[in-house]
Amino acid sequence: MSRIGVFICHCGENISSTVDCEQVSKACATIPGVAHSVDYKYMCSDPGQSLIREAIKEKNLTGVVVAACSPRMHEPTFRRVCAESGLNPFLCEMANLREQCSWVHPKEARTTEKAIDIVSMLVEKVKRNKPLYPINVPVTKTALVIGGGIAGIQAALDIANARQKVILVERDPSIGGHMSQLSETFPTLDCSQCILTPRMVEAAQHPNITLYTYSEVESLAGFIGNFTARIRKKARSVDEKLCTGCGECATACPIKKIPSEFNTGLGMRSAIYVPFPQAVPNKPVIDRTKCTYFLKGKCKFCESKCPANAIRFDQQDEFIDVQVGSVVVATGFNIKETSFFPEYGYGVYKDVITGLQFERILSASGPTLGEVKRPSDGTTPKKIVFIACAGSRDPAKGIEYCSKICCMYTAKHAMLYKHKVHDADAYVFYMDIRAAGKGYDEFVRRAIEEDHVQYIRGRVSRVYERNGKLIVKGADTLLGAQPVEIEADMVVLATASVANEGAEALAQALHVSYDGHRFFSEAHPKLRPVETNTAGIFLAGACQAPKDIPESVGQASAAASKVIGLFSSDELTREPVIAVVNRTAPPVYSTCVGCFLCFTACPYGAIGPEEIKGRDGAVLKTVANVNPGLCQGCGTCVAFCRSRSIDLQGFTHDQMYAEVMELFA
Amino acid sequence: MKIGFYPGCSLEGSSREYAESLRAIAPALGIELEELNEWSCCGASSAHALNHTLATALPARILAQAEHQHLEELLVPCAACYSRLISAKDALAKDTVLRKEVAASFTLPYTGATAVRNILDVLTQALTPAVTSKLPNTFSHKVACYYGCLLVRPPSITHESRYEDPTAMDDLMKKIGATPLAWGMKTECCGAALSITRTDMVGELCGRILEDAVARGAEAIIVACPMCHSNLDMRRAAIEEKTGKEFSIPILYITQAIGIALGVDPEQLGLQRHFVHVAVRGKAKG
Repeated sequence: MSRIGVFICHCGENISSTVDCEQVSKACATIPGVAHSVDYKYMCSDPGQSLIREAIKEKNLTGVVVAACSPRMHEPTFRRVCAESGLNPFLCEMANLREQCSWVHPKEARTTEKAIDIVSMLVEKVKRNKPLYPINVPVTKTALVIGGGIAGIQAALDIANARQKVILVERDPSIGGHMSQLSETFPTLDCSQCILTPRMVEAAQHPNITLYTYSEVESLAGFIGNFTARIRKKARSVDEKLCTGCGECATACPIKKIPSEFNTGLGMRSAIYVPFPQAVPNKPVIDRTKCTYFLKGKCKFCESKCPANAIRFDQQDEFIDVQVGSVVVATGFNIKETSFFPEYGYGVYKDVITGLQFERILSASGPTLGEVKRPSDGTTPKKIVFIACAGSRDPAKGIEYCSKICCMYTAKHAMLYKHKVHDADAYVFYMDIRAAGKGYDEFVRRAIEEDHVQYIRGRVSRVYERNGKLIVKGADTLLGAQPVEIEADMVVLATASVANEGAEALAQALHVSYDGHRFFSEAHPKLRPVETNTAGIFLAGACQAPKDIPESVGQASAAASKVIGLFSSDELTREPVIAVVNRTAPPVYSTCVGCFLCFTACPYGAIGPEEIKGRDGAVLKTVANVNPGLCQGCGTCVAFCRSRSIDLQGFTHDQMYAEVMELFA
Repeated sequence: MKIGFYPGCSLEGSSREYAESLRAIAPALGIELEELNEWSCCGASSAHALNHTLATALPARILAQAEHQHLEELLVPCAACYSRLISAKDALAKDTVLRKEVAASFTLPYTGATAVRNILDVLTQALTPAVTSKLPNTFSHKVACYYGCLLVRPPSITHESRYEDPTAMDDLMKKIGATPLAWGMKTECCGAALSITRTDMVGELCGRILEDAVARGAEAIIVACPMCHSNLDMRRAAIEEKTGKEFSIPILYITQAIGIALGVDPEQLGLQRHFVHVAVRGKAKG
């Protein structure tokens, strides 16, 4: 026979003002199996906790129901009290009388009746509770950071500086990401590369960081603390150990007219190339889709000029399997293509460019060495129109969300342009100015007031060419939608930030969820912004949503701290609220019939087959098996199971039905 | 291709040459036009500005008549009529209350079964390589294709992705040997019905369109809307007053341009009916 203790909390007046706690306590005392029932003003206070402690010992209780607030609030408190008194903590349950009863109902008899019902249900559940024990999982203290932009670099450095090992994987030939392409950064106008490249070098040289560039994560298996990742190291066609980075190969390469990805097509590169002078590592790769040798079978100019004999035409992609305990996804963003705005003439007029292209034009390392020149004829534009929200916040044609960074970089672009071309005119067409951030609004005001950038609130309907000028037609909605026509020399489109290419495939490989725009989803939008729904996998930077540099760095450090926290002990302790497949006596062994519908139900890939073998090793039956490290206790498999062979520990069918039946008793 | 034909009032009056040229080129393009019986006003300009139910009921009656005549498709050459018909169809599909109100105003049943098609759509389908390879003439002129406002808009109803920069007419012009120019006025407003009340405004708006087309060396402006045509062709006095310039550039319906390429007699195409003399002609292939 159960000996349940019921503890009714008044929560000051939060519960007792509408629920008659004394009556609840008396009513509960009469429930069969209840050995002790008491009410008290603050059950969570020290004296309240003592009431529970003493009752467990004196009345030899086998279970405890605390009828108080939400279990989110104090379940850990009361379970700890039980554990201290020698009762398994999972034999303690909370009945939520505050949020689900007293707060939402007036003071009347029915409210107290409902409170009695709620407590009675939990009593029936606790009668069926079984002692559970936390699960311990060993931790591999190496982190995998995917993406070598500023977010990935920051996360890797923070983890490495906490004396943990990091494997940093970057898809491109160099780390640095989008930040390495930027000119100056808002709101301080410090040079992007000047603040980034020292970090890039630090990451590459850090004793705790293993860097794989020109590499991609192919797959990830396992669970928190115990992942196995497969990395594809793409063939560089260069022996990195021998290469000295002298650059003779690129000079020798006869194919020199390939649009440079780093310079957003505004500059050219050779078939064997280092993406930019400050690249880390400073080792070239051969673009096999453009190299004459790979296309036609002869050339090898680079090989003949290489003083270190480092060219390897026969190099193959290499696969490396690594064991890691945690993953930080920092794969960044991309900018939306402009084809959905044909009326802006991108791709038709050379002087209509994207914001990222303008960054390259402004950059001292860019195709014009930082001088503002038109891509079409190399002349200095005297009038530039910047179009904000070219695709963002546009459910009809583009994307409905705000790309967040454009208001700031557009102000920066206009400002830098005015600084470089003193007699120039800069116009910005905008919808709203969103400059929330430290020093951000001041920065925009400075662009307007000190640098005299002309802000026009309105949309641009069309850009077309007339007599060598780009005619920008728009409306000024602050002047009653008055039509505005500007004869510009150049137009810069603040195109929307979108998820990076391959985001969807990567999310599927990692088993993390992503939203309708293919950005990776955080576990909770407010309270768990760097975790994913898959334990042990964290997010950093613009792969989660558009972000600027400070935010990306902040999130990267947050993700790093989560990883470091995870690595702070040798074993992980997890709540035992996981699914289990039942086992019965022979010859049935388990009621599981092996239909494996649960495989498809499980969002975490936690369920696999298990062979039940006889003494002679012969397979008697194949049943489902839940990996306790991977299972998140969502219960989806329980609902799917046709033979009712899976139960969620702590929330078994038996417990749930007993609760519900009590309500109708 | 057999298709229902709703002329609307303009094609019987001010733009009768649009209807004439369409009928003249239809056989060569394999289009068999079956005119809608007892067709009535689409309500353009007046009704939809004043009474939503009436503005929906008028096109609905036309569509119900088309269903009654077992027409799967209805060609509506006038851009304003087209806009009214697709808007009404869209509104009726979304609003069941309106559908009941409208159903009460005429006797024929309306189910929305007839597809409404515009002239660009039908011509794009009809001008197959088999047809273009046998064209006796090329229309070898630089042209500015003028779409106006209603042919491709609103995108929520037309589902046109390039509604600010449509290309269907340009593509058709290329097929008959013309050179469509990149210009800035493709979908700018011509002033539409303000032609009557504010002729001066139409003069200004149309002046911009003509100026841009002429400055780029266009030899003709191609249109597919009676309103656009009459404003650009008929309001030259107002245009000249506003711009201080004289323009001789002719305005052709797309059906007339195709007719020239097909070698149809200019009189049959109604070229003589324009205010601005049309001197552009096809060049015999050879």
